[in-house]
Amino acid sequence: MNQAVLQIENLRVTFNTPDGEVAAVNGIDLNINTGDCVGIVGESGSGKSQMFLAVMGLLASNGAVSGSVCLMGQELIDLPVNRLQAIRGNQVAMIFQDTMTSLAPHLRIERQLSEVLEVHRGMSRTQARAKSLEMLQAVRIPEAEKRLRQYPHELSGGMRQRVMIAMALLCDPQLLIADEPTTALDVTVQADVLDLFDELRRELGVAVVMITHDLGVVADICDSVAVMYAGRVVEQGAMREIFQSPQHPYTQGLLRSTPRVGSPVATMVEIPGQPPNLLAMPEGCAFRERCAYAMDLCASQRPSLASADGRPQRSKACHLNQLEAMSR
Amino acid sequence: MLSVRNLSVEFPVWGDNGKATLKAVNDVSFDLGEGEVLGIVGESGCGKSTLARAVLRLLPVSSGTVIWDGTDVTALRGSRNLRDFRRDVQVILQDPLGSLDPRMTIGQIIAEPLEILRPGLSRAERDVKVLDILARVGLRQQVLNRYPHEFSGGQCQRVGIARAMIVKPKMIVCDESVSALDVSVQAQIINLLNKLRKEFNLSLLFISHDLSVIRHISQRVMVLYLGKVMEIAPSAALFERPMHPYTKALISAVPVFDIGAETDVSDKVSRKRERLSSDMPSPINPPSGCVFRTRCPYTSERCAQQIPTLQSPVAGRTLACHHWQEIA
Repeated sequence: MNQAVLQIENLRVTFNTPDGEVAAVNGIDLNINTGDCVGIVGESGSGKSQMFLAVMGLLASNGAVSGSVCLMGQELIDLPVNRLQAIRGNQVAMIFQDTMTSLAPHLRIERQLSEVLEVHRGMSRTQARAKSLEMLQAVRIPEAEKRLRQYPHELSGGMRQRVMIAMALLCDPQLLIADEPTTALDVTVQADVLDLFDELRRELGVAVVMITHDLGVVADICDSVAVMYAGRVVEQGAMREIFQSPQHPYTQGLLRSTPRVGSPVATMVEIPGQPPNLLAMPEGCAFRERCAYAMDLCASQRPSLASADGRPQRSKACHLNQLEAMSR
Repeated sequence: MLSVRNLSVEFPVWGDNGKATLKAVNDVSFDLGEGEVLGIVGESGCGKSTLARAVLRLLPVSSGTVIWDGTDVTALRGSRNLRDFRRDVQVILQDPLGSLDPRMTIGQIIAEPLEILRPGLSRAERDVKVLDILARVGLRQQVLNRYPHEFSGGQCQRVGIARAMIVKPKMIVCDESVSALDVSVQAQIINLLNKLRKEFNLSLLFISHDLSVIRHISQRVMVLYLGKVMEIAPSAALFERPMHPYTKALISAVPVFDIGAETDVSDKVSRKRERLSSDMPSPINPPSGCVFRTRCPYTSERCAQQIPTLQSPVAGRTLACHHWQEIA
């Protein structure tokens, strides 16, 4: 049952820029098994999107990847584009935040969905149409017949995101990567789309990677979480454990500084300072300049990701032995 | 301080049947006291930004009045007559970088409102004020000769706040002012706004789509839907006991991640969402009667025929619903 879908080992993504080389992702290991729903949390520039663009082979032309990415046992890094093409869409699919730019504005929904099936599955138009219709119904799009004939601009944002999900699932991929899929949606629509994700992954057994900056989204549907900061994973483990007792000061800071609908406080806990400049990364721990617990050791030695509390499923990259429990 | 009465803003548009009118803001009334924070919340297209622009007199008002300090500002004509109002009422926008002129230095940006609104000041007097406000928003003097693109989003938003605060306004309209920021920085900016509000006894009209931010910063909250006021209530009361079905649905759609230590790790986060059926109707052709009825779980015949008027069933709260008694 718990078969490995994606195994990432020591992944590095660097970009050549006029100001020098920038390491957006700096040595990441991650395992995703069938049926997992993994949340990748981090702020802008933490490398969460670049990591999975690298997995998909979709980096910008000045980007370079090293390390290993295995999808269902097959190495993806440095795979020729024609072989990658057969894997993308078939075994792994990705959906993005901005649905309006992800869909071709001049093609009807039917064409966009059918094309996937014709290219990857060699279906005829009629077959492809039938399957597309079925998929639109599976993602609970009302009046699916009518939608097939419409253009993207005629649909609402929530509807377009459903079309994207339908398109991603057309070829029964083992892995679905969703990059901020609900960020552009209103909260009531977001709730619906999150419910849909949850249902689909249970029904179809597809593993889901949910890239988001929103801890609420993670708490809603993910089983496990990796928290990223400045290109590295700083804490990883089961969602509930991490939310209940974060072990990394950054995770703790994130949880504390997020306003909640349920329990307002007089002054919000802030994480001081700004995320570090990736062009001039400090020695040692990247978070130490903003960390309340920073010690001398943090400046000289970068903490590596190691198991916390002696449990293999829970890891953190911090020199602190034990972080005090969250006080609310 | 601010008293808005029966404010409507209409735009001529081309609808399906030729010329039509879009009522972006429809008969909205509210008051804002000295030093008070009124949160305005609603989904995209509910008219919250249009309302802000109308209050700021950046948009022509179709009907109704905006009384500021005893003067109806909708009747003021010409920039000279508006100068006092502009000095009293400032705005902070959403896009931190986009709302700063890329060709001006931070010093010029912050000083510009003084040049326009307090032309009597000498250069030296202006400089003193710029330095003073810079310190108050937590920026160092060295930033004065630098350009916006050199700064992060959080720092740019501090510049935006300094620019608004430099003329010592009595009220600031914050239109999604923290929405573009990462959580760790968002908390810093919210705390800064709160600090300044106390120091200067500022009134804030705080617009956001983010309910947790609204809950955190506001004393009272106004919920808008399709240009109409659904409910106005003190923040704590509104979130603890929403009395309008739309407010209730909005709040229940927010993903909850307050996973307390007392919750069992194995048990799934309970999801009791009020599902809203369908998408928001077109504002060009809103439903008859109550505008929310097409998505409301409590809807009845009466809702289609009769527009619910704002009523005050509890002191300090107003809402527009025929069925509020069934909700609580």
